[in-house]
Amino acid sequence: MAAAAKMTRKDFISSQDVRWCPGCGDYSILSNVQKVMPELGVPRENVVFVSGIGCSSRFPYYMNTYGFHTIHGRAPAFATGIKLARPALSVWVVTGDGDGLSIGGNHLLHTIRRNLNLQILLFNNRVYGLTKGQFSPTSRPGMTTKSTPQGGIDYPVDPIAFALGAGATFVARAIDVDASHLQEVLHRAHAHLGTAFVEILQNCPVYNDDEWVEVENRKTRTDASLVLKDGEPLVFGTDERRRGIRIENGVPSIVPLGDEDPVTAGIAVHREDHESPAYAFALASLSRPNFPLPIGVFRAVEKPTYETLLQRQVDEALAKRGPGDLGALLRSGDTWTVDS
Amino acid sequence: MSPTKPVEELDRVAIRFAGDSGDGMQVIGTKFTESTALAGNDLSTFPDFPAEIRAPAGTLAGVSGFQVHFAGERIRTPADEPDVLVALNPAALLANVEDVRPGGMVIVNSDAFTAKNMERAGYAEDPRPALRDRFRLVEVPLTSLNREALRDLKIGTRDADRSKNFFALGMMYWLYGRPVESTERWLRGRFKGDVLEANLRVLKAGIHFGETTEAFPISFTVPRAKIQPGHYRNITGNTALAWGILAAGKRFDRSVFLGAYPITPASDVLHELARYRHFGIRTFQAEDEIAAASATIGAAFAGELSVCTTSGPGFVLKQEALGLAVMTELPLVVVDIQRAGPSTGLPTKTEQADLLLALYGRNSDSPMPVLAAATPGDCFYTMIEAFELAVKYMTPVAVLSDGYLANSAEPWQIPDVEALAQGALEQRTDPEGFHPYERDPDTLARPWATPGTPGLEHRIGGLETEETTGNVSYDPHNHARMVALRAEKIARIAQDIPPVETDGADRGRLLVVGWGGTYGAITSAVEEARADGLDVSAIHLRHLNPFPANLGEVLKSFEHVLVAELNSGQLWRLLRAEFLVDAQALTKVEGLPFKVSEIRGAIDSILEGEA
Repeated sequence: MAAAAKMTRKDFISSQDVRWCPGCGDYSILSNVQKVMPELGVPRENVVFVSGIGCSSRFPYYMNTYGFHTIHGRAPAFATGIKLARPALSVWVVTGDGDGLSIGGNHLLHTIRRNLNLQILLFNNRVYGLTKGQFSPTSRPGMTTKSTPQGGIDYPVDPIAFALGAGATFVARAIDVDASHLQEVLHRAHAHLGTAFVEILQNCPVYNDDEWVEVENRKTRTDASLVLKDGEPLVFGTDERRRGIRIENGVPSIVPLGDEDPVTAGIAVHREDHESPAYAFALASLSRPNFPLPIGVFRAVEKPTYETLLQRQVDEALAKRGPGDLGALLRSGDTWTVDS
Repeated sequence: MSPTKPVEELDRVAIRFAGDSGDGMQVIGTKFTESTALAGNDLSTFPDFPAEIRAPAGTLAGVSGFQVHFAGERIRTPADEPDVLVALNPAALLANVEDVRPGGMVIVNSDAFTAKNMERAGYAEDPRPALRDRFRLVEVPLTSLNREALRDLKIGTRDADRSKNFFALGMMYWLYGRPVESTERWLRGRFKGDVLEANLRVLKAGIHFGETTEAFPISFTVPRAKIQPGHYRNITGNTALAWGILAAGKRFDRSVFLGAYPITPASDVLHELARYRHFGIRTFQAEDEIAAASATIGAAFAGELSVCTTSGPGFVLKQEALGLAVMTELPLVVVDIQRAGPSTGLPTKTEQADLLLALYGRNSDSPMPVLAAATPGDCFYTMIEAFELAVKYMTPVAVLSDGYLANSAEPWQIPDVEALAQGALEQRTDPEGFHPYERDPDTLARPWATPGTPGLEHRIGGLETEETTGNVSYDPHNHARMVALRAEKIARIAQDIPPVETDGADRGRLLVVGWGGTYGAITSAVEEARADGLDVSAIHLRHLNPFPANLGEVLKSFEHVLVAELNSGQLWRLLRAEFLVDAQALTKVEGLPFKVSEIRGAIDSILEGEA
């Protein structure tokens, strides 16, 4: 469509005032999504943003596309209905760690496992923001919040491992303020045929400030994060402290490299397309402070989408039985006529 | 061939088949019903089975029953008391025999009356001698006769015994002169090899046994009923409901989305429609009730004719999502096939106790139209009307059925589906002056603007919306206006629904008010009472929200109003609150439909001494 080619970021900005707190990581994510949208070549009318409840879930109001701000935790289920009704639409789910992994954990699990062709962006700030600062299912153990004055005693869930466990065909992690990397991941997520799950590390300046500062800060980022690149070894750190990740029996360890060649040193080479998710699970287990935090695409494999399989059944039924004839159905089986 | 026995003509007969839940009672009940329909009788059925798939054999908990009432005249209920009970074991006898009409026939499988079986059922001693004084007891050694009929077939005793329900069916076919062909045809389509041969053989053996045994000195016949000319079939409420959904798709020439999660007694609708992908219906079995509702609302937003089907506990879980559908004013239909509760309650038993839930089960003021089907066949038309209201007024619509309607069957005149078609629905495509919450001046409906339409990009959601623009608004006066607008829109549906019709005189002593699946019992009781000279009329409400415009006037035209319903007085409360009418309540919460006699009793006691 010609109009789509001419669109710019501005075409995706709605008339509504953005009402997140000053300094919220959501601003950066919104801006990057609006930047990427015209580059995808999808006519604006075919884009739908669907969200649940929480700070992140206000997102659709600010996108000049179709949008549906639904109820707490259920956005993936609403998105499923939209996608099954109109498979040609580009459907984006925006959720958070509370919305997606606490109240909505069930829907996230089942939507991912069905592999509908849609994108799920989970903004993870490890805290409840809109309800003013309770711990979330991704909060660090011991975190002191309004609802955990003596420190949290929940063990957290890792969004990446959760998605892998649900059988996700595309799993990635990005950072709110790393614009170019975030845009690249959004492009990859859109291009993926199937459910694309993207965890976006997002800062909440009010209730959990600097949760991700090590990987957001340009100075510490190189040592604190591991940037995943398909076909390249898992190497991180500045020149003098160059290190790699070795994976043995599914267990990762850090190997100092210096000038040594990573491959001869037994450093794992990143591959997104392992059929088994075991390697991606090993990557997902890398966490601060003992390991660098992996950023990028953990896994990208192909599997027929739910809507493709459904359409195949429709086509098969039509080929075998022809278009449904309601009159014939009502007259099927035993019937009888009463004469006047 | 034995000499032909005499045949006696009866006006009507009610038979109840009862056995273990694994004995195939529902199957032979259904086959007897189909054969009876083909014989030209009017009929009504009542399947009654436990929630457990296979409760311990021979226990009261495991008894499954199927009652079929058929007549040479118009009938509307499965009958209060069966004339005949066929009991395959002592537990089935114990669970059912007290329901049988005094002097009625009780046929038992005498092989099953071992000391152990009687003990397991809870009989301290053999019940049969005492029953002979009260009923015509017929003892048939079903198990051994059945085995004998299969003696030369190479199948094990266990498999042989599994076919004894068809021996019993054959016997009843002979006794009531039913045609056997439809059942033979069904068996041929269902089974193969030795199992088919066994079932066909014992069905015949049962018929021959009836002909020859001295236990049945005569057989019976029920003449064809005089019913309206036309083409008929048997239909259960759940099948009619499923086909009504397909019919709505045809009426509006639009594809249909069904979101559902398995729940008794609604799952059959999902099963039925999952078979019809070639009809342009997409069925989606969601991960839970909430997801089923949410996906359905998503599909409605995307422009499908959308429906979700459930029962009470699932309907509760859907309420938050339905509140969003009210707020976003999206068209869809939610069906609650009510069952006895609260909580899990009695999953396979009927009740009408979700009316107030449908009306008031959501947070804040959240008005939703509510319709209720009156008979199994009426479920078809109720679904079409529900979709009509949903798309015309842009609103979710609740349809209430119940466990009794769901599984009961009646003869149903097959409609001309071509006459149903109305052509494609109009949908907003013009971006000029588009506002998501601009309203039609007559219906107050907002436009249905769906994703994929250029120039109509907009956002909707659960936050309060500004009038016309649909933008988020926290303005207090706007909120008050929107609450009033949402209520007014639903109230205006009354302009579209027909005035309620009174069965009987327009004014008088007593008006019996009913709604939903109690139609048959109430109508039968009221007709019977009028035939006995009593001044009683009836109305039956299909529209529970809004009420028909003339309802208040009708209620005030009678000295007494009796509201009969299978709950603790929900419609009764509504009518008293809405119309300040001193109505009385007849309630029943036993998980069973009304008996005609129960309603008649209430009519008599109100009119007693006034004649």
